[in-house]
Amino acid sequence: MSSTFLVKGVSVLGAEPTDLLIRDGVVAEVGGDARGAQVVDAAGLVALPGLVDLHTHLREPGREDAETVESGSRAAALGGYTAVCAMANTSPVADTAGVVEQVWRLGREAGLVDVQPIGAVTVGLAGQHLAELGAMATSAAKVRIFSDDGHCVSDARLMRRALEYVKAFDGVIAQHAEEPRLTEGAQMHEGEVSARLGLTGWPAVAEEAIIARDALLAGHVGARLHVCHVSTAGSVDVIRQAKAAGVRVTAEVTPHHLLLTDERATSYDPVFKVNPPLRTKTDVAALRSALAEGLIDIVATDHAPHAVEDKECEWAYARPGMIGLETALSIVLDVLGPDWELIAERMSRTPARIAGLTEHGRTPAPGEPATFTLFDPAARWEVDPTGSASRSRNTPYAGMTLPGRIVATFLRGEPTVLDGKAVK
Amino acid sequence: MIKHLLSAADLDAQHATLVLDTAAELANLSSREVKKLPTLRGRTVVNLFYEDSTRTRISFEAAAKRLSADVINFSAKGSSVSKGESLKDTALTLQAMGADAVVVRHPASGAPHRLAQWVDGSVVNAGDGTHEHPTQALLDAYTMRSRLGRLAGLHVAIVGDVLHSRVARSNVLLLTTLGAKVTVVGPPTLIPVDVGPALSPDLRVSYDLDAVLPDVDVVMMLRVQRERMNDSYFPSTREYARRYGLDAARMRRLPEHAIVMHPGPMVRGMEITPEVADSARSTIVEQVANGVSVRMAVLYLLLGGK
Repeated sequence: MSSTFLVKGVSVLGAEPTDLLIRDGVVAEVGGDARGAQVVDAAGLVALPGLVDLHTHLREPGREDAETVESGSRAAALGGYTAVCAMANTSPVADTAGVVEQVWRLGREAGLVDVQPIGAVTVGLAGQHLAELGAMATSAAKVRIFSDDGHCVSDARLMRRALEYVKAFDGVIAQHAEEPRLTEGAQMHEGEVSARLGLTGWPAVAEEAIIARDALLAGHVGARLHVCHVSTAGSVDVIRQAKAAGVRVTAEVTPHHLLLTDERATSYDPVFKVNPPLRTKTDVAALRSALAEGLIDIVATDHAPHAVEDKECEWAYARPGMIGLETALSIVLDVLGPDWELIAERMSRTPARIAGLTEHGRTPAPGEPATFTLFDPAARWEVDPTGSASRSRNTPYAGMTLPGRIVATFLRGEPTVLDGKAVK
Repeated sequence: MIKHLLSAADLDAQHATLVLDTAAELANLSSREVKKLPTLRGRTVVNLFYEDSTRTRISFEAAAKRLSADVINFSAKGSSVSKGESLKDTALTLQAMGADAVVVRHPASGAPHRLAQWVDGSVVNAGDGTHEHPTQALLDAYTMRSRLGRLAGLHVAIVGDVLHSRVARSNVLLLTTLGAKVTVVGPPTLIPVDVGPALSPDLRVSYDLDAVLPDVDVVMMLRVQRERMNDSYFPSTREYARRYGLDAARMRRLPEHAIVMHPGPMVRGMEITPEVADSARSTIVEQVANGVSVRMAVLYLLLGGK
């Protein structure tokens, strides 16, 4: 049985306050019968289409100590997300129809966000043989995005084949752009700070060279390419050229690459270790303007939970990655300002379009699916790692005060978050 | 005085000079028949070594014992560490034992920084990965000062694998703090990207050893591992030695008074020839002796000496 909600006084994407009647999973026609509806006081709140994350690590199956589909889904809902795309680097790897269906089913059971599995490009992420991409595409999980994220599909011929092959079912290859020979043993961005800290450098060119190669390949075979976690100013230039040349390329940037720099490594606290690494001020500035301009199409979290023992150690021995689902919107608000149309475009509509999630990325209006989030832009909150719904604590924002808070999230008319708390 | 010695950059000119002056006073002790001071009686110094380094460990051990401290040697081999105990758990163990100072050698850059967050005692970095080795820089500075009478205005060339050298990083930081002029020399592949802005705005970089030698007061040769050849940092050991090794012919390009240093262990025939290493210009043995005095000074000052 679906419930009825009356969201009162809400500003949809910054427009004049209005009421939204939610019934049967959709936004009801204006002037509908609101009797018996549960009232949600949304004065001062902004309604955004439910956010869509194209890049989430849910760690299940395999590392349920760091995250589960359920705990990650809860963190996502609390961050305003209604759909997340679960990366394939689980254990076992999501490289078969069986594993992607398992993840998809766990997502349905959790019921907090739509969990859309991403399939591996190559068997075991080993970069040798194509996984059965077609079987994953036609499985119940209906996989459309394929990625070896964490590893680069570095073999040029294999990448070309993958790009070509998924055209048959309108798939897209999401590339983790990292030329592996240039990053052997790499610990952080190669530059002034790595020279001082004596940590092996991860040069920007290792990312840029792969993006350039892949854009040329995608153009050559007329395929879609998505570039994961773009982190350098040089990559922005390469993407600009590729787009100008008509290549079907989309790109994402993470909140942490929009906010933090490699100076953070000075503490040697591996909570700041991430792949690709935090870069320089110049890169951050270039990424911000590329996102505003649309050269970078979307924000994706690269939410990467890790167990305490994998972070509370020496920098070189720590796993790379940071959690980010619950902080993403606050950071994007900080970076882009309260331009709600732009934020909806970068965090909901465009990622939904890339992922082929037609029920997402739609502005709450009569007749549309009631899949949206209510955000209080005036709130400020201090990030407390222990307060996260994620099973992991590896947030780089601990102690920082961030603007804006999610108050409620609705998925097809059902609240997943109310009063800032997860409903289940 | 500062609490930890994690980086040579932790010392300003005043503190660095205090360490060197204290070391000079303590050096007189080693010429006495009874080489022991009661200063650190009842204090515990732990040598926590995750890498084999007999010379550095013995140097710290001798330093602590001459100050009457209790010394515990904790080697990563044959201990709980080899069973997979984390650095944090080891730190908490040392903390529970009441270590007043932990001298740590570790293959991971920054490990001493992590350790310093988990223990109450002082942490002394005895070499961390490819990051720093501040007491080596102090003993090198001490050696230069005792041989050449000053540090300010000296021109020091540091030659070799700067990229992977913790000795080079600490020396650049300390020597520039003390007013010396430093040039790092080596093949471009072994000089870190952006090394100048990273370490000191006054740092110079050269790829031409012969051009630098006539102008230096000190040439410090760094160890170059043969295995670097396999990662294409240079084509062959022969070519490396020809371009950047210090042999007798090159040594003759040095000014009369210039000294030759090496932090050890040397790879004779690679970065330095035996006739140079054993020449009168060479301070290599002196450096070892000075290491004990400088480490005594560091422990003395960190553990609450005046």
